[in-house]
Amino acid sequence: MVPLIAYLIVAAGLFSLGMYAVLARRNAIAILMGVELMLNAVNINLVAFWRFSQPVTEAANGLKVGMAGQAFAAFVFVVAAAEVAVGLALVISMYRNRRTVIAEDIDSLKF
Amino acid sequence: MNWSDPNYLTWLIPIPPLVAFFVIILAAGRSKTLSHIIAIGCVFSSWLMSLSIVLAAVTQHKDLGLVGGSLGPKGVWGGSINWLANGTGSGLRAINMGVLVDPLTVIMLFMVPLACLLIFIYSLGYMAHDPRNTRFFAYLSLFAGGMLLLVVADNLLMLFIGWEIMGLCSYLLIGFWYEKPSAYKAAMKAFMTTRIGDVIMMLGIAYLWASTGTLNFRDVLHNQATLDMLAKAPALSSVFNGGFLGLSAAALIGICIVCGTIGKSAQFPLHVWLPDAMEGPTPVSAMIHAATMVSAGVYLVIRMFPLLSAGANIEAGLYSPPMVLMAVVGAFTALFSATIALAQNDIKKVLAYSTISQLGFMIAALGIGAYVAAAFHLITHAFFKALLFLGSGSVIHGMEHGEHAAHAGHAGHDSHVAADAAHGHDAHDSHAGHGEPGAGHAPTEDVTPTFDPQDMRNMGGLRHTMPVTHLTFLIGGAALAGFPIITAGFWSKDEIFADAFNMSSRSPLAIFVLVALALAATLTALYTVRQIAMTFWGEPRTEAAKHALHNDGTAEGRAISFELTFPLIILAFFALVAGFVGVNPGFPVIGSLVKSLGFQEPFANFVGRTLLNAPAHLDFNGWPVLISLTVFGLGAYLGWLLYVRRPVVAGQPDPMEGILGADLYRILQNKYYVDEFYGWAFISPARWIAEVFTYQVLDKGLIDGILHMIARAAIYTGNLFREFNRVVIDGVGDGIPAALIDAARSLRGVQSGHIQQYLLYALVGVLWVGLNLVVIVVFPAIIGWAALAQIAIALLLVLIFNMSSSKASE
Repeated sequence: MVPLIAYLIVAAGLFSLGMYAVLARRNAIAILMGVELMLNAVNINLVAFWRFSQPVTEAANGLKVGMAGQAFAAFVFVVAAAEVAVGLALVISMYRNRRTVIAEDIDSLKF
Repeated sequence: MNWSDPNYLTWLIPIPPLVAFFVIILAAGRSKTLSHIIAIGCVFSSWLMSLSIVLAAVTQHKDLGLVGGSLGPKGVWGGSINWLANGTGSGLRAINMGVLVDPLTVIMLFMVPLACLLIFIYSLGYMAHDPRNTRFFAYLSLFAGGMLLLVVADNLLMLFIGWEIMGLCSYLLIGFWYEKPSAYKAAMKAFMTTRIGDVIMMLGIAYLWASTGTLNFRDVLHNQATLDMLAKAPALSSVFNGGFLGLSAAALIGICIVCGTIGKSAQFPLHVWLPDAMEGPTPVSAMIHAATMVSAGVYLVIRMFPLLSAGANIEAGLYSPPMVLMAVVGAFTALFSATIALAQNDIKKVLAYSTISQLGFMIAALGIGAYVAAAFHLITHAFFKALLFLGSGSVIHGMEHGEHAAHAGHAGHDSHVAADAAHGHDAHDSHAGHGEPGAGHAPTEDVTPTFDPQDMRNMGGLRHTMPVTHLTFLIGGAALAGFPIITAGFWSKDEIFADAFNMSSRSPLAIFVLVALALAATLTALYTVRQIAMTFWGEPRTEAAKHALHNDGTAEGRAISFELTFPLIILAFFALVAGFVGVNPGFPVIGSLVKSLGFQEPFANFVGRTLLNAPAHLDFNGWPVLISLTVFGLGAYLGWLLYVRRPVVAGQPDPMEGILGADLYRILQNKYYVDEFYGWAFISPARWIAEVFTYQVLDKGLIDGILHMIARAAIYTGNLFREFNRVVIDGVGDGIPAALIDAARSLRGVQSGHIQQYLLYALVGVLWVGLNLVVIVVFPAIIGWAALAQIAIALLLVLIFNMSSSKASE
């Protein structure tokens, strides 16, 4: 069986990759993609910890069930989907207004 | 209580005019008729009451005034009430207010209300067109009330109250036409000048009170012990060893009281106010000159004569200091002002100086002990001087009328309609601001401003148009000049001469008085003839004089004419006959004639009883009569030579100027430059003191200096507080926001708007928190070092940041 540390390393690598994209890429769409990578790295962590720690929750009928990690991951998917929808809409709107999707140029919100 | 009893009736005499004053002021509003009715009614009732007392006194005169007579222990009528109660323990004595009727009061009560009543009636006509009619009658009533109060007073304090009421009224009435600057200046001058005398007089009253504890006339003047005590006591002995200036208490009090008279009766050093007082309406002049003001001054010294003469031996020709003062001042004033009267051209100014001169006669007479003669001349003079003033008012009224008529271009006396209905009198140009309602005719502006209706050079020939005024003025003038036998002035002046002559063998002072008065009487006759000749005789010198009259045939003109001439006729009667009460029974023909009517020198016998020791009867002597006749004859002859033989025609210089020489004439016309001298000696220094010393040094320098110092100290303290405020309070208050702004400015770079930068900060922050968590959880042993390291890194970062930001700001 593949040890937990392997998942964590993959997740960490993926997270770092996503973070690098978010911090270093200039294109706003690429940054959104980096965010997706970071979310998925978290998903990997969630599912991996769930699989290896087997968390149990007693249900109302006395059965012991453990679905928390999967449920978290599912939530993250949903949130990520919503986030991408909104994010892309913003990027398109930005492009319409300012003819650019470069993050560095979009700096009017400052002191 | 029987109110017709003189003991009670006397109380009421001064009341009606005083009440009239308040009623008119408060209730009459602007109603002329109402104020006339109240004023005349009140003074008439006073006159009736006085008359009943005079009649009672004359019919019972054998008793009145005698000590221990049948009228009670004091032999006089009257009574007193305790006004200010005894101040127990504090040494204060009670002040009583009361009335006193003795023979001197009786003769004043005969003259004063009668003259007042006639002047009131005259004022009806004279002031008929004045817009401030009600006020005039109110003041006039107060004036009469003050005089009556003074006459019936039984003590010096009450007399002084009446005295000061009159001072106020003279101020109000002389300045009645206050639109004229000359009028209000004259009013101020009269008030201020008499004030000098009044203050000294008040000191005398206070000293009398301090030395005797009473101001009651009977207690002081009818008490030989008190008089002797005062005559012997040195003045102000507690301060001055042997008496102030070697005077006795009686002498010091007497001199103070004489000073009051000098102010009120316009004697030499303080005479300057009286001629200027001519700025008032003419009835006021008559009031001041005859019935009230100046008579009050002479009345005072006559009343206080026992005190003034305390210590003197008149029979031996030894006079007390107040008497010497009176004799010298009176005789000098009589001569001095008679010379001024020679060169005056204003009809009223001549009379004013003549009044001063005649008052000098009275005071000089009193100074040499001629008590009865002084009182006698006071009464006769009041009648003929009131007559002369009212006559001159009538002339002025006529002249104004004539000026209007002449100006309106009408010829003849019958055609000038009611042209004068709108004008005031002496000051017809003074009412421009009043705009009498309904004055649709002959506006006052028509009058040539340079025309002076009082200037005798503009007159002449008025006998044609104003026969009644002419005749009565002639009688008054004759009385003033001392026309022999038939006028009152002759008898009273003759009596003064008789007394002076009688004393002259015993005292050089009496010789001086006799000579000065004889010269003054000569001049009196001269200037009287001059005045009458210039006013009434000859031919008119101006158009105005040609048309001068007040009875223009209209109903109003007739009424005014009646009101203006009726009092003249009454006064002329008294100016003729009032003298016969004082005829010496030894006088050839007349004396025996009067004696055969049952009178034995009635005036002297009656008035003499006022004194504790009635003055000695003077036997008839031919010499003083010769003096009287000579001075009148000489003066009148000179007047005839100069003014009657060749009447003055228009444009001709005053013949007096030719006789006296231009220089002397100018000096006389300018009244010896006394006003100028006072201006130089007193008014300018007073102004200088007021402006330089009081205003600049005291006020601006000292008082303002102190105030400015306080202000400066306050400003300095304020500045100190302001500095404190600025540095400390504002420093803290402004420092906090400034520091915040600085911090914000430094930190603004953090918010760049770059989303990725924000993420980097978040990453660093997370890493930092995470690192710390690791240290806390895993390596608790190095927490301190970690913290230190973090602080060092933070300081380092701040330093770098600051340097970079300051570089950026440069």
